[in-house]
Amino acid sequence: MNGTSAETVATSPEAVAQHLAASRYLADDSLATAIFLAIRLGKPLLLEGAPGVGKTEAAKAIAEFLGRDLVRLQCYEGIDAAHALYEWNYQRQLLAIRHAGDHEIDIYDDRFLIARPLLQVLRAPEQRVLLVDEIDRSDHEFEALLLEFLSDFQISIPERGTIRAAAQPIVILTSNRTRELAEALRRRCVYHWIGYPDAEREAAIIMLRAGDVAGATARAVATAVQTIRARPLAKPPGIAEAVEWANAATILEKGGSPWPEAFRRAIGVLIKDEEDLSYIAPELGRIVEEAMG
Amino acid sequence: MRDVDNPFSPSTGRRCPEGADEGHRQRRLESFPRAAAPLLGFARLLRRYGLAVAPEQISNFMQAVTLLGPRSMADIREAALATLAPPPDRRDEFEAHFQSHFYDNTSAVVEGDADEETRIKDDGGADDERTETEQSQEGGELSSALEQLSTRDFQRDDDRLTAFRRKLSAALPARRSFRTVRTPSRGKLDLRRSLREIVSADGDVPSPLLRRRQSVPRKLLLLIDVSGSMKLHTADYLKLAHAAVQGADRAEIFTFGTRLTRITTALRIRDRDQALARAAAQVDDWDGGTRMGPTLLAFLSVPRFSSFARGAAIVILSDALERGGHGELETAMRRLSARAFRLSLATPLASDPRFRPATAALRAILPDLDDLIDGSSVKSLTDFILSLARPAPAASTIWKRVS
Repeated sequence: MNGTSAETVATSPEAVAQHLAASRYLADDSLATAIFLAIRLGKPLLLEGAPGVGKTEAAKAIAEFLGRDLVRLQCYEGIDAAHALYEWNYQRQLLAIRHAGDHEIDIYDDRFLIARPLLQVLRAPEQRVLLVDEIDRSDHEFEALLLEFLSDFQISIPERGTIRAAAQPIVILTSNRTRELAEALRRRCVYHWIGYPDAEREAAIIMLRAGDVAGATARAVATAVQTIRARPLAKPPGIAEAVEWANAATILEKGGSPWPEAFRRAIGVLIKDEEDLSYIAPELGRIVEEAMG
Repeated sequence: MRDVDNPFSPSTGRRCPEGADEGHRQRRLESFPRAAAPLLGFARLLRRYGLAVAPEQISNFMQAVTLLGPRSMADIREAALATLAPPPDRRDEFEAHFQSHFYDNTSAVVEGDADEETRIKDDGGADDERTETEQSQEGGELSSALEQLSTRDFQRDDDRLTAFRRKLSAALPARRSFRTVRTPSRGKLDLRRSLREIVSADGDVPSPLLRRRQSVPRKLLLLIDVSGSMKLHTADYLKLAHAAVQGADRAEIFTFGTRLTRITTALRIRDRDQALARAAAQVDDWDGGTRMGPTLLAFLSVPRFSSFARGAAIVILSDALERGGHGELETAMRRLSARAFRLSLATPLASDPRFRPATAALRAILPDLDDLIDGSSVKSLTDFILSLARPAPAASTIWKRVS
């Protein structure tokens, strides 16, 4: 599908939702519309939401249904241009200078340029999907640096001049909202807030993602997880944890544990905080039984 | 797509004359297709209520509506959500404006007030218009608090606060950053700059340039109790908070009583009287009871706030006289302590030599505290905050020795 333009694949929000479903990602109307608009308007897509709601998975699914390679840039505190744009291979440059002797060499040749994710995306002959993951972890300076890239899709390398995108990439930014992003960034993007899915959708996601889980199990897990998320936990379980819980409980049940017991024993894959575990433990039996009933 | 006859055409959207003078805007508006007017009007309505909407976003909104058909009102709503990007915590407000603008349903606009719920007020991104509304709603309690701020004389405290502000940034505990700075000695070789030197010196090898990891001051988080039992000290605490915001690179200030209010943005105003007046206007739970546990849990439930607590020096200014049970307070303090670099409680009660952490709530949270100190005066507080970088035995060790 690499030859077809993204616009011809994303003909409507419904078509986007269908393609995503074929890539095993169930999006609601709102998310499908935001993805459709981002592709058609040629804007970056900013996805915000709690950890574990499927922001990164959405980016992977978009790359998959568009048939594009995904280039991922994981942000962290202290990330700078050398990690995101490009870096010179200084050791090789020094060696080249030593070997050259009296000859003239260009130490700013392509051989010495290490392309980091943003430059990789710009230099790629075909359109790529760029995932800038957890942008809220980076510093404000990095956000400003990214603004230049997002508005013009170009990078200026002082020794080489400006490099423009051969094919404008599809950019997806994700944020857990641990800090407020700059207005300038938000307004350049198509924005979508991903919430936790309702029980019905979550059961469908579990069925789609888990290996060998019965429909009734998926529904029980989805219902129980909704109840657990409503409690004041330090780390509410994400969708991936719910899938793992369904998987783990199914394996235990096949190994001989009766149903409610299998759920209780597999709780460690759903809740990964000791304090949350001791908080939810007294209620867990009742929550599971109600979900199964 | 750029059909001039299409009322939602992107090219017409780009003509949105934001920032022009009123007459000019009116003339331009008249040249707009009539069908586009409600969309423009909606964006303007949001702006009037303090939601930041850039001209570029309005044109994106129009383009998005065109792309979606629109086949129904739901499409217009989705287009607005995606392009005008209301912050998640103002989504309800956004929905209410959407209802009032497109359906004439104004009842939804009136903000409901959750009485017993712990509400979080965040002044980040608030514009002047909103602040004015809040200021005009000052109640009697608020005025008396303001009066107290302006009439009490703290000349000596003022000197202390000035000195505190100057020393704070250097006195806060530091951590090593990922960023590096140039250093004349004891660092790693900076190949990027060294190579430039070599090239500019025609291949000669000058003395190598070195870099080392930068040391940055930790964040300072002050949580100020504004309940009735702390009434005497609130004014001092707010002055201290103002000095902290002015002096530290990264300080966050929250007040709590029955609710949680972020007042950092207000305290960024350099003029102290103005800053305190604005902060005072934002807090609407002065002199009430204390629901410390639920409010601190509310603080932890907002990722943006709780991430600020990570690695920070947290000072809670409160007598910790919790209304009701202390289970939630215990949970909240344990979580805060796990995130913080250092968690301290400053209580005015500790100024009494007979004070012992004897209440059930204090006994329960004592193991989580790094410091339990006297918070009765500006002097003791400024001295304590300036000593945060120096290690000290845990609060439980000290108080076990005393009691």
